[in-house]
Amino acid sequence: MLPDSRGYFGEYGGRFVPETLVPVLDELTDAYQKARADDAFWAEYESLSRDYSGRPTPLYLAEKFSQHCGGARVFLKREDLAHTGAHKINNALGQGLLARRMGKQRIIAETGAGQHGVATAAVCAMLGLKCIVYMGEEDIRRQSLNVFRMKLMGAEVRPVSGGSRTLKDAINEAIRDWVTNAGDTYYLLGSVVGPYPYPLMVRDFQSVIGREARQQVLSQSGRLPDYIVACVGGGSNAIGIFYPFLEDESVRLIGVEAAGRGVGTGKHAASLVEGKVGVLHGTKSYVLQDGHGQIMETHSISAGLDYPGVGPEHSYLKDTGRASYVAVNDEEALEGFKLLCQTEGITPALEPAHALYHTAELARSLGGEKTIVVNLSGRGDKDMHIVMEALGVEP
Amino acid sequence: MSRIDKAFEPPGHRALVAYVTVGYPDIQATLDVVPLLASCGCDVVELGIPFSDPLADGVTIQKASFHALQNGVTPGVCLEVAGQLRQHLDIPLVFMTYFNPVFSYGLDQFAADCAGCGVDGLIIPDLPPEEGSDLEEITRRQGLDLIYLLSPNSTEERITLVTERSRGFIYLVSVTGVTGARDHLPPDLKAFVGSVRQKASQPLCVGFGISTPEQAKQVAGIADGVIVGSRLIQLMEAGDDFRPQVSGFVKGLRKALDEASSA
Repeated sequence: MLPDSRGYFGEYGGRFVPETLVPVLDELTDAYQKARADDAFWAEYESLSRDYSGRPTPLYLAEKFSQHCGGARVFLKREDLAHTGAHKINNALGQGLLARRMGKQRIIAETGAGQHGVATAAVCAMLGLKCIVYMGEEDIRRQSLNVFRMKLMGAEVRPVSGGSRTLKDAINEAIRDWVTNAGDTYYLLGSVVGPYPYPLMVRDFQSVIGREARQQVLSQSGRLPDYIVACVGGGSNAIGIFYPFLEDESVRLIGVEAAGRGVGTGKHAASLVEGKVGVLHGTKSYVLQDGHGQIMETHSISAGLDYPGVGPEHSYLKDTGRASYVAVNDEEALEGFKLLCQTEGITPALEPAHALYHTAELARSLGGEKTIVVNLSGRGDKDMHIVMEALGVEP
Repeated sequence: MSRIDKAFEPPGHRALVAYVTVGYPDIQATLDVVPLLASCGCDVVELGIPFSDPLADGVTIQKASFHALQNGVTPGVCLEVAGQLRQHLDIPLVFMTYFNPVFSYGLDQFAADCAGCGVDGLIIPDLPPEEGSDLEEITRRQGLDLIYLLSPNSTEERITLVTERSRGFIYLVSVTGVTGARDHLPPDLKAFVGSVRQKASQPLCVGFGISTPEQAKQVAGIADGVIVGSRLIQLMEAGDDFRPQVSGFVKGLRKALDEASSA
């Protein structure tokens, strides 16, 4: 079973962190392994997933979208319908329960698009925990609605002005806070990145997506899908839906990264497609970096994909060939966004809009007997002003 | 005896370790300041190779790193600077950086080039011993010391691990936190240094947050060396001639350390 006891997926993963964090990660790993083996922990997680988060989320056969593409049948895993509007709640809830179990009263988190921040703020409000969210100044500007939502739920949003002022810098700042306040503070990391045990833990909490989707697609279509498609920033929604299908060798797994203004331009976030192996935020994985090992600034129309690293398990899945990764640019993502609005009356977030664009292209190339499940990881309300700006529409 | 070992000689001598970011405020400043530090009584100089994402550093070194990167400083440039300094200097030079620039350069090549430029050791705060085996082996072959860190929350088990594997000296982080000048030393520092001392055969140097002669003197009462960084970077920030300020500051620290060792 991967990861191994040192937190490695093949050559990827591990714990490249300052000494101060090693004992803290040991404590976390130990607490998580105990919780993981405790039925009562999962019973509470499942009960709150149902009654608080609204799980299971539906699997919806998008007939008009499929017809428009003129090929394969496309199912949408409706994580956009989960509480707070994205899959992020699955992980925030699981880790929030773990933090409470560990007796940590102060929760810190980073956020890019704001979805993880909102999910964390919501869970902290519900569990009665203090919540501080680090967010890059550029993302605060791009996602002001989510900033307001977090504040309404009682979270403190701390702007991060270092570096590119986006998700990567918010993680740096959250780690600095954690190094300083490790005694009473729980770092609720939002993706399958970071040092072990985060890639394992976040995968565990997100793989509910794939477990549900697998059952649903079997009962609705009578067989396994031919493809699973999901967008990849850090990669949590993708791992969440991929993982329960890993052993189903007939199911092809495709991760869609953000090509921003194009992979040749240097203004993108396609770590797996264009990056090199390196170490960022405590884990060895594919990283967008220059020739001297400096982490590059990234660009994507979607704040949630705007990250120069990626979860180590994705690097492993890429190298082993079990999953393949492609990149979709800003303009194409907007096409995917509009297409779902027009054909199904569903507004996707800009992150899964990347997956939708690729799904449409893929579906078109396949016959009507093929099926694709795409993870609709979040809803697009938060992105309206970005889309308006991109389409040149006056508010 | 290596250059680093000599920095702690004769017994009772308290080593003064200074950190500067290479290329901050510019490369000439680094070439000027290191000999000055040596002449004012520093025993070891840590040369910081800037990294884009310095997550163990506070605001001062973050800013200096960012600035140095804007100046085009790369690991290659840092090696050249070390090589130039080595031509006229005999004190140990130690690179301090994060793992990714070293990994990207190639571990073997980096260690070989360090040795070729007269660098004596490496400090990599995001490389704990669990991840350091390869680099340990490679640096050993090149005669470089890979210096590990311990922090106040390190367990007994981890103290044992680091005392078994750190070469040159052990870098004790005074507080659980990031680099940066602080007003007070933590009250439990003495107990922390004492618990490492029981197991360690290497010299123990304490860093993070030390910025005044009084603090240095206190630390020198319990440790073998004192590391200063952020305060020095702040003094170099001024833009004008930083030499009088730096020299006054370092001489003050040297005096405090000598008083502590003769006390």
